[in-house]
Amino acid sequence: MSIVGTKVIRKEDPNLLTGRGQFVDDIQLTGTTHMAFVRSTEAHALIKGIDVSAALECEGVIGAWTAADLELPPLPGVPGLERPALAIDKVRFVGEAVAVIVAESKYAAADGTELVIVDYEPLGAVTSIEEATAEDAPLLYEELGSNTVAEVPTEDDHQAIFDAAPHTETIKLVNNRCTAAPIETNACLADYGPAGLTIWASFQAPHHLRNRISAWLDIPQDQCRVITPDVGGGFGQKINFTPEFFVAPVLSKILNRPVKYSQTRSEAMTSMYHGRAQEQEVSVAFDNEGKIQALKVFASQDMGGYADGTGMGMPVLTTAMSAGCYVIPNVSIAWRNVLTNTTPIAAYRGAGRPEATYLIERAMDHIAYKLDMDPTEVRRRNYIPKDSFPYPTHSELAVYDSGNFEGALDELLNIMDYESLREEQAANRENSQKPLLGIGFSSWLEIAGFGPPGSLEGFGHLGSWESVQIRIQPDGSAIIYTGASPHGQGTVTTFAQIASEYLGIDYEKISVRHGDTATIPQGIGTMGSRQVAVGGEGVKNASLKIVENAKSIAAHKLEANPEDIEVADGSLFVKGTPSKNLTWAEVATFSFQRLELPETMDPGSLDTTILQEVPNFSFPSGAYACVIEIDRQTGDARIRDMYLVDDCGTVINPLLAEGQVHGGVAQGIAQALYEEFSYDENGQPTTATFIDYLMPGAPDLPSYISGRINTPNPNNSLGAKGIGESGSVGTPPAVMNAVVDAVRHLGVTHIDMPATPQKLWEILQGGSK
Amino acid sequence: MSYPTSININGNAYHKSVDPRTLLVHFIREECGLTGTHIGCDTSNCGACTVLLDGNAVKSCTVLAVQANNHEITTVEGLANDDGSFTPVQEGFRQEHGLQCGYCTPGMLMAATALLDEIPNPSEQEIRENLEGNLCRCTGYEMIVRSVQWAAQNPDGIPVQIGESS
Repeated sequence: MSIVGTKVIRKEDPNLLTGRGQFVDDIQLTGTTHMAFVRSTEAHALIKGIDVSAALECEGVIGAWTAADLELPPLPGVPGLERPALAIDKVRFVGEAVAVIVAESKYAAADGTELVIVDYEPLGAVTSIEEATAEDAPLLYEELGSNTVAEVPTEDDHQAIFDAAPHTETIKLVNNRCTAAPIETNACLADYGPAGLTIWASFQAPHHLRNRISAWLDIPQDQCRVITPDVGGGFGQKINFTPEFFVAPVLSKILNRPVKYSQTRSEAMTSMYHGRAQEQEVSVAFDNEGKIQALKVFASQDMGGYADGTGMGMPVLTTAMSAGCYVIPNVSIAWRNVLTNTTPIAAYRGAGRPEATYLIERAMDHIAYKLDMDPTEVRRRNYIPKDSFPYPTHSELAVYDSGNFEGALDELLNIMDYESLREEQAANRENSQKPLLGIGFSSWLEIAGFGPPGSLEGFGHLGSWESVQIRIQPDGSAIIYTGASPHGQGTVTTFAQIASEYLGIDYEKISVRHGDTATIPQGIGTMGSRQVAVGGEGVKNASLKIVENAKSIAAHKLEANPEDIEVADGSLFVKGTPSKNLTWAEVATFSFQRLELPETMDPGSLDTTILQEVPNFSFPSGAYACVIEIDRQTGDARIRDMYLVDDCGTVINPLLAEGQVHGGVAQGIAQALYEEFSYDENGQPTTATFIDYLMPGAPDLPSYISGRINTPNPNNSLGAKGIGESGSVGTPPAVMNAVVDAVRHLGVTHIDMPATPQKLWEILQGGSK
Repeated sequence: MSYPTSININGNAYHKSVDPRTLLVHFIREECGLTGTHIGCDTSNCGACTVLLDGNAVKSCTVLAVQANNHEITTVEGLANDDGSFTPVQEGFRQEHGLQCGYCTPGMLMAATALLDEIPNPSEQEIRENLEGNLCRCTGYEMIVRSVQWAAQNPDGIPVQIGESS
């Protein structure tokens, strides 16, 4: 039986279930010191002075430094817009690092930060795109003359089509600012000795970090080692060049001692880069049948206090994917990046695609409202037909590779009883004792499997391939080294499954190593739902290459033709004569012994490295439905059921695929109903702890009902598309369409995320909009 | 000023002299080197630091080490049986994919252990409500619920040795 596609429980789990996992803060080096930052309490202010003298008197404090003391270069970033490692002369958001303390203990370091006095001269803060783009807005960079740091106007606004269309709708959407908030915050441990630097970091892309730190410190890459041990979640929030990863090595070198940094949650909430925070103006032109004639999108991306390269790319991805699953003959896109005095923005699970799906799926429901048509019917009338792939879109980035959007909707309606739900909805509306019921759909499509050559380079990465090295050990077991850097995805398990399938080596005899630049071939990292579609393909191809060499060795020893050798169940044998065989262990041993090899073969042939490239992105898709109940007295919205049909192509491990979907859906529900990172008018964060930022707990989330269709990815031989981000892409519009559907009879057509009890209660009190 | 503090953790007595403000979680992690217990917030919301104090689940970031003086603590390192076999809760999380990154997991395991001690056959709602104080960002909770249900249904667990992978 094939192990690919089989439910296999994870290799990762035993350590993590017994407290034997090793996260950065768990690592104890002799002589370790502890670093803590003094962080800005002002959103926008000039720094008139910093007094660290009292901190230096504090028991246990070893040193205190400001930007002036260290004279550090700016952090890697967008040329001309780089952020300083420690604020120089000015702060641009609450939480920005202003000074740094190192002490003998965590407690002493925290004590030290309390004693640093920073003299601020407040400037006016801009906390929204509207404020930041106002005529007389305070400027984050005076020298730029504007808070808008990039702007791409539309090439053709298709105004004539809008003018002539039977119907048009324009909607304004806010994709609320969220924080990914992995339960492990940022952490690092830098040990800079005479032989160079080793830094343990909670990060999603160790080589990416290594290359930047070595360039920044001006030390050769061979003397700069980044280790990402167990990483407690990332969701895109751990690919950012925040100050700690650069300052800790500098201080370790100065002190000649290891320097550890374990961020507190309150720090993480304001200093780890946020996601979403995009405002959209969306117009659709459509005919009486509900067929879309034109779509116009203007996306304004809040960048926060510093323009991150990845963050600037968010509206690029949004506008590339704005047409969703639909045939839209005329698409007009425009976007801009705007600085505000808030935490900087970068990738958060889905990164630009949840924003795209949200806008087009909300627009589809608006068409349904206008024409009084069922939302599923509007979608059916506009789907890209399943025989139209590859399907070029308005964007050069997005050439959809495969999909069956109507098939996914059919399967969705197959696993839910839509008709009964509509009857129940109607009955509930007439019965004031019953909650209001809403049913919402989302037909979603995302761009994943990053990616084809050039795709990640645009976000500052070295390449877009992924590295896989397979080394067969003399006993016939295999170790896979990969530049993928998982942090919960279960890649150790899925890669071992793929290797077992194609090497014919027992799954139990395959290990996967990752997260150490000293031992792993140059890699890229884990992001953009790429591990299986790119790295997994590399595992397959490396396996096939090794098997080819193993067959040559076996053929030589068995006096047969290599073409006649087959591999199965841990041995290599002559086709039709299974008694003529060698075990994998025998072949593996021979591979290291010159005298046992054919003349043309050198020792070490069962060791191969591949930098796996892919020709195109992948395009996971699906159809989700949300059934929601709204309490008439309190406005509390509770999801009763989530129906999830995914098409991620080939599934390697259904258990792990389901887990990925659940996690993404949970974050999607969280964005739609609970989470919003907000600021007051002075730029003070109002949701900077887990008390105020409503990350859902177990009672807040439903169970999930799953279905699946499979259109294989034609661009890799596994047929896999990626599944890490799907749930977070497809869920928010399904939930919000359900919320609006529940109160549609009150004349409501729009509610911004998150749909809090307060907002819904006001609507139920008659304040409908 | 420091106070002599004796805490029995997983059957071993630890005698340390600690600053009275030292949190129990820091005593466990920094003083005793038992790093299986994690820290995920600073407001007692996330539950990653959950341990058993005299058999009851507590958030060890919310207890001072000196308050645990002469008490018994069980951490994740103390869960597995002496022969290395998993408890039903550990095995349930493994069988039902109740963990992804594994960072919240020790706290979840301890909270689930305390729950099943009190309610051996909890309903789904009881599981969800009793784990309300433990946040997980990876799983969306359903598989955690299934993991606890697995443990409730298999009180003898399956004796799988640590290091074995299926």
